[in-house]
Amino acid sequence: MSIKGKAYIMGAFEHPLRDAPNKTTPQLHAECAAGALADAGLSKDDVDGYFCAGDAPGFGGLSMIDYMGLKNVRHLDSTETGGSSYIVHVGHAAEAIAAGKCSVALITLAGRPRQARGGGGGRGGGGEPAPEAGFENIYGGSTHNTYGMCAMRHMYEYGTTSEQLAWIKVAASHHAQWNEHAFLRDVVTVEDVVNSRMIADPLHLLDCCVVTDGGGALIVTSPEVAKKLNRPKVRVRGAGEAPKGPRGGLDLDLTHSGAVWSGPKAFEEAGVTPADIKYASIYDSFTITVLMQIEDLGFCEKGQGGRFVADGNLISGVGKLPFNTDGGGLCNNHPTNRGGITKVIEAVRQLRGEAHPKVQVANCDLAIAHGTGGSLGTRHGSATVILEREA
Amino acid sequence: MSEERDPNAPMTRPIPAPVVNLETQAFWDAAKEGRFLIKRCVACGKAHWYPRAICPFCASGETEWVESPGEGVIYTYSVMRRSPTGPYAIGYVTLDEGPAVLTNFLGVGPDALAIGQRVKVRFQETEGGPPVPVFSPI
Repeated sequence: MSIKGKAYIMGAFEHPLRDAPNKTTPQLHAECAAGALADAGLSKDDVDGYFCAGDAPGFGGLSMIDYMGLKNVRHLDSTETGGSSYIVHVGHAAEAIAAGKCSVALITLAGRPRQARGGGGGRGGGGEPAPEAGFENIYGGSTHNTYGMCAMRHMYEYGTTSEQLAWIKVAASHHAQWNEHAFLRDVVTVEDVVNSRMIADPLHLLDCCVVTDGGGALIVTSPEVAKKLNRPKVRVRGAGEAPKGPRGGLDLDLTHSGAVWSGPKAFEEAGVTPADIKYASIYDSFTITVLMQIEDLGFCEKGQGGRFVADGNLISGVGKLPFNTDGGGLCNNHPTNRGGITKVIEAVRQLRGEAHPKVQVANCDLAIAHGTGGSLGTRHGSATVILEREA
Repeated sequence: MSEERDPNAPMTRPIPAPVVNLETQAFWDAAKEGRFLIKRCVACGKAHWYPRAICPFCASGETEWVESPGEGVIYTYSVMRRSPTGPYAIGYVTLDEGPAVLTNFLGVGPDALAIGQRVKVRFQETEGGPPVPVFSPI
């Protein structure tokens, strides 16, 4: 069974707040849900499938379904792959819809990492320490330095430079200047990036994403429901997911991500190739995240990512692969340290023709949204969806 | 941080007590004696890291502890600059036996590290727990 053409993203909402001291995390989830439902033209009683991940407080789906008063949920899924969870959820929602388990799926994400006691992106797992904890947690690993390890190895193997990585942030900043909600709106240069403070070698401050409160939500529906709604139809054409870890330590390979598996799965199901893609939402926790994923998804050869991203090639209207036209996690928003849902939301805007006019890609009929959750330097989950505007 | 710090001074880092469980107790007991153990599968012969009761390659439940000299080369590293206790390096060592081990590189200046460099294990005391393996250039 394929999900190709079996489900549509009919609602998408990004919370406008980036700093939310006066709201709770459940409240943000509910506001995002309401925003996505209103965008689709549906009500909460239409929702019969609910998807959330580790940022959902308390008992996850059970707590949030009850808090939001969703009375008709008959299918739920709390797959947790960190920041890429919500891209996984799009694929899982399409599967559930294709199998007849639900017809209106709601996906939510929200949290408040900027607040002292905010939900900072939980991990799930029932409270037992991870099996690797004794041998890893003691060494002070963070997202910064574990992604730094990947960048260091990529530079060693392929000669990638800090200036090439900087171009990724430069492109994101060119897009963010047009987004009134973006956390950072100033256009930056390669020099600004490489001269910013070193955080974890070789990643500088401006190689890192923003930390923001907020959230987002998506509505995925069956073709029958989509037909009745008065919104442009964004068809789910293919999906892929793949976890990757150190694998017992024998073939540690920090220059490749799980995108080498999730990407081909999604492209094969969609029946398209990277050359067909008009717009790309690529997870950008750090600049190196984008570079590795662009290579692994097949937009260029492995090791050529540095050359590919340089000289504005990711800037809409300038380069060959317009990416993250909302400003991405590097400039716009990385709500509760999880950037997967905003990747899908901007892809939906592009396919609907509702991106900011300064960054809207002409005739944007085919887009990819791809994410990495967890850490590229240890264990992570990759997720890819191929989305299409239905003429 | 008010005091001036030599940016290339040998790195140090306080390390918290590790989580010890039934599968790894023998490792930590040996660590107290300064011995570095790794797990090897009796069925397929491959060594793995981190140590488990069940082989991650062939799923055999017959794994054994073997003592390792704890030598290898740096696969990659990153120096964390944003740290209240001063910069420290995290990275992977590819042991001569094969597996890659996540660790800290301490007792060496940040600029003295390089991918491919040979390193050897030593044990550092922790707060209220067994000592843990860290690596330094040979």
